[in-house]
Formats: sequence, structure tokens, C-alpha cells
Amino acid sequence: MRSSLRVRVFSAAVTLALALVLLDGLWHFFSWAIVHAIWSVPRGADGAPDTDLCRAAIGRGACWAVIGEKFRFILFGFYPHALQWRSAIVVALFVLLFALSLNPRFWRPALVAVWLAVLALVAVLMWGGVFGLEFVAADQWGGLPITLILATFGLALSFPLAILVALGRRASGLPVIRWIAVAYVELIRGVPLISLLFMASVMLPLFLPEGIDINKLLRAQLAFILFAGAYLAEVVRAGLQALPRGQQEAAAALGLSYWQATRLVVLPQALRHVIPMLVNTFIGFFKDTSLVLIIGIFDLMTTGRTATLEPRWQGFGNEVYLLLAAIYFAFCFAMARISRLLERRLNEPHLPIVEPA
Amino acid sequence: MSGPAIRFEDVHKWYGRVHVLRGISLDVASGERVVLCGPSGSGKSTLLRCINRLETHEKGRIVVDGTELSDEPRALKAIRREVGMVFQSFNLFPHLSVLENCTLAPIRVRGLARGEAEARAMEYLARVRIPEQAGKYPAQLSGGQQQRVAIARALCMQPKIMLFDEPTSALDPEMVREVLDVMVELAESGMTMLAVTHEMGFARQVADRVVFMDQGEIVESGPPGEIFSAPRSPRLKSFLSQILHQH
Repeated sequence: MRSSLRVRVFSAAVTLALALVLLDGLWHFFSWAIVHAIWSVPRGADGAPDTDLCRAAIGRGACWAVIGEKFRFILFGFYPHALQWRSAIVVALFVLLFALSLNPRFWRPALVAVWLAVLALVAVLMWGGVFGLEFVAADQWGGLPITLILATFGLALSFPLAILVALGRRASGLPVIRWIAVAYVELIRGVPLISLLFMASVMLPLFLPEGIDINKLLRAQLAFILFAGAYLAEVVRAGLQALPRGQQEAAAALGLSYWQATRLVVLPQALRHVIPMLVNTFIGFFKDTSLVLIIGIFDLMTTGRTATLEPRWQGFGNEVYLLLAAIYFAFCFAMARISRLLERRLNEPHLPIVEPA
Repeated sequence: MSGPAIRFEDVHKWYGRVHVLRGISLDVASGERVVLCGPSGSGKSTLLRCINRLETHEKGRIVVDGTELSDEPRALKAIRREVGMVFQSFNLFPHLSVLENCTLAPIRVRGLARGEAEARAMEYLARVRIPEQAGKYPAQLSGGQQQRVAIARALCMQPKIMLFDEPTSALDPEMVREVLDVMVELAESGMTMLAVTHEMGFARQVADRVVFMDQGEIVESGPPGEIFSAPRSPRLKSFLSQILHQH
């Protein structure tokens, strides 16, 4: 009795102490982020913002004014100012596309067509040069559209690649294909993404014949597709491995061809087994796009960093990074939600055996 | 039709160094019902699985419905269309409803319209006496029900030959009867059937011929009455005494 009382007192004390620490931290953050925050700064005689107010508050209050001043650069980078509405539409299109894909009601073959149409529209809007839209070279693109493009095109293209590679690794009668698939996965997995990006940006042009120039963004995109493809292939393979052999045999015995059996029987089951792992890889990959900073592509992370390089705004990185974190979190959280929805919906057929009424 | 439904000519198969089929020669006539029996590891399931090439044979010929089995995809496809198979572990597609399990191949392989395929599926589900389960998923059915769906699924392709690979071995005892009843009915309708089973009662009731295999060879074959009451080889005698002890 006495010892159990002592345990309870101890656990109550620990709970209280942790709550106090947490509350104190929250209060400090609240005080910094809201109470003592500077929301805007006056403009000096030359029309430029005067950041003295912010500078005086450093350590005491956040300077959200930096976001107000810099958000267009953070979101869209060096995309021509007057044309940034096109970047904004691209972001909105991506968000709409994701929202649409979140809703199980729209999970039908037509959604693939919608995806293709949106991706084509994104290309038209970003590049321009047609339909009277002014041409914007890819090295002027920046910010959130770059992150979303790298991640979305990367996943949309690496996923089918991963499925082919995973199937290839299991192709028992085709040793050459299996060998290529294994070599691809092991080579890519054994190399850091950063070195892949370096190779894509620095070395690849050396190997290309003269006169052929693939722009830097496309090269980084290729590196991402190859990288994500290798990891996703292993996830897909795990799903294939988990499927009983009898499923393929039953499909074959019914006369379905290899590709019919794969598409209609094997993949729907194999992929469902590995949804959590797939989404995990997707999320990691989404955040990995920020590594293009290394090769000077202005994705969201790079524009955020660059925004606080201007002497006037130096020292206000925390505010900017908080914004970036919020944006990354919003997208990653949405992906996690898709995963949960998918799991719940796809598990419907596996209900426990229902007693006959 | 002239020739036999299935003809094995000196069929051999090895798993690595293990010689699992040692020169099998066997003709199954159209409309004939053959039960394959034998101790486990005798090669009876392997022989059955060679007929639709779930296993390949290394030597000899297998001719099904006038077409010789080979790696030629068109011949294989033609044969698989005409040969239905029922597995020990049912192998229903768990992500598809009972109805979808039954219509998948007729639509994709035979090219039937969905409506037609569904009408046919309902007909066969009624024949195996579970039309009311059409909308359910396999996981919601009992083992006996699942196996009956698997039989209906194979029949929906309207095959000329049906193969049964120990169809009742994975079932609880009280569900064996319902599956055997469906198989008896099917046998009585004149279907060419090849069944690997230990259900000697079923063999007695419907088989035209019982083939006893041991160690990759056909040891003895004949009408069930002869095989069960007057076994000639000691191997069959000892097998039968074991089987009868269990039942």
C-alpha cells in the first residue's frame, strides 16, 4: 500500500514538473511570437523598409515583418515579378490536385487523366512561350513551385519506374532484366542523394554530346526520379514478396496473362500491404527536394535562406524558417492523411468474418 | 472429339536433383473422371499442376485437348482457357467481391460483356448454392463457402476439363461434405475431371478410374471397386490400410 502511494505521488510530481516546463516553453514562444512580435515596419525616406524596430526587439519578439516584405520572393523566387500570378496558379493547381486526390469519391481512372492534364498545364504556365504567355526560362523559376514540381513529377514518374524495377527483380525467367534491376537499386541506394545531384548538375553535361544541353532543373529532376525509384522499388518488392504464390497461380490458371495478373490481381494487393511504407518514403522524398540547394536551384528552402541574406533582414532567419516549416508540414501532413484514408478504405474487404444473419 | 482430353507420354520432372515424376504415361478420355491418390510426395499434385503448366516438365509430352504444352504463349493460353483449376487453399482474390472473382477472367480472357459475365457468374454461384453471397468478400465467407466460390469461378470460364488439387484438405471436417456434394454434381454432369484427393468415398462414388501414384510413378490404376477391394501391389495395400485407419 505504502509503496503504491509513493509511486503515485512520484508520478504526479513528474507529471506536474513536465507540465510546468512545457507551459513555460509555450509561454515563452507565445510571448515571442505574438505578444512582443513586430508585425510591420515603417518605410524610410528612400521607400525601403526600416528594420530598426525589429532589430531592437531581437531576442524578445518575432519580426513577422520579414515575412510580409519577403513572402513573394520566398514563395516564387526570381520568377519575374509581374508574372508571378502564373506561379501562384501553379501552386493552387497542385493544391487542388492533391485535395482532389484526397477524396475517395474521385478515385477512378479519370483521375489519372486529370493528373496528366494538370501536369501539362503546370508546364505551360511555368514556361510560357505559347498561348501568348511570355517565356520564362527554367533558371528563373523558384520557391514553392520548384519544390512542388520536383516532388510531384518525381513521385508521379518514379512510382511506375519503381513498380517495373520491383517486378524486374522478381522476373525469374529473365536473368538479364533481373540483373539490371538489382544493379540499379543497389547502385542508387549506395550513393548519397547529394552526390547524385552533383553528378546530375556537374558531370552529366560532360558526358553529353556538344550542343545538347539539358537544363539544370530537369537534370535534378532526373536524379530525383532515379533516387526515389530505387527506394520505392524496394518498398514495392516487399509488398510483392508478402503476397502468397497461390494468387499468381490462380490468376494464371484462369488464363490471365502475366500483365493482366500483375495489374488486376498482384499489384492491387501488394501495394495495399505497403501503403504506410510508401507514404513514409513519399514524405521523406518531399523533404529531400530541399537538397537542391546544394546545386543552386531555388526551391522553397533556398529562397527562404536567400531572403534573409539581404543585410537589412539579416538575423531574422528564425521567422522565415518557421514559415518554411509550416509549409512543409502542411504538405507532409496532407500526405499522411491520404495514407490513413487509403488504408481505411482499402481494408474494407478484410472485415472480420461476419456471422450469417 | 477424337483423341483423349489429356495425354501424358513418358513425362519426367526434376526439382534440382530430385526426380519427382518418373516417366508418367496416362490418357484421360473426354468425360472421364479420374482420381489421383497416393502418399504425400508421390508427385500427384505436381502431375496435376503440369497440365496447365503451373509446373513445367523436363521430358516427355503432355497434350491437352489436342494441343501440346510448350512455352509457346498462345498454346498455353489456349489450354488454360479450357482447363479450370481448384486449389487446396482456395486462392480467391481477397480484394475482389465474390461476383468480381467470378467475372474477372470471363471478361478479361474470354472477352465477355460485363452483364453477360455477371449473369453467368450468378448461374454458377446458384449451382454451388451460394448466390446470396455474390456481393461479399472472400474474407467474409467460411472455408467451405470459399471453396465453392472457387469452383464457381473456375466453371465461369466454361472449361472442358476441371482439375482439383486436394480441394477439401484445408477444410474443417463439417465443411467437406458441402464441397464434395458440388463436385459430385459436377461429375454427374459429364465434366472431364481430374482430382487429387484423399476422399476415398468420393472416389468410389464418382470416379471412372483411380490412379495410385508413389515416388513419381503410377503404380496401379483401375476402376475404384478393383483398386480398393483387390489391390495388387504391396505399396497400394499399405497406403490403403493407412487411409482406412484414419477414417
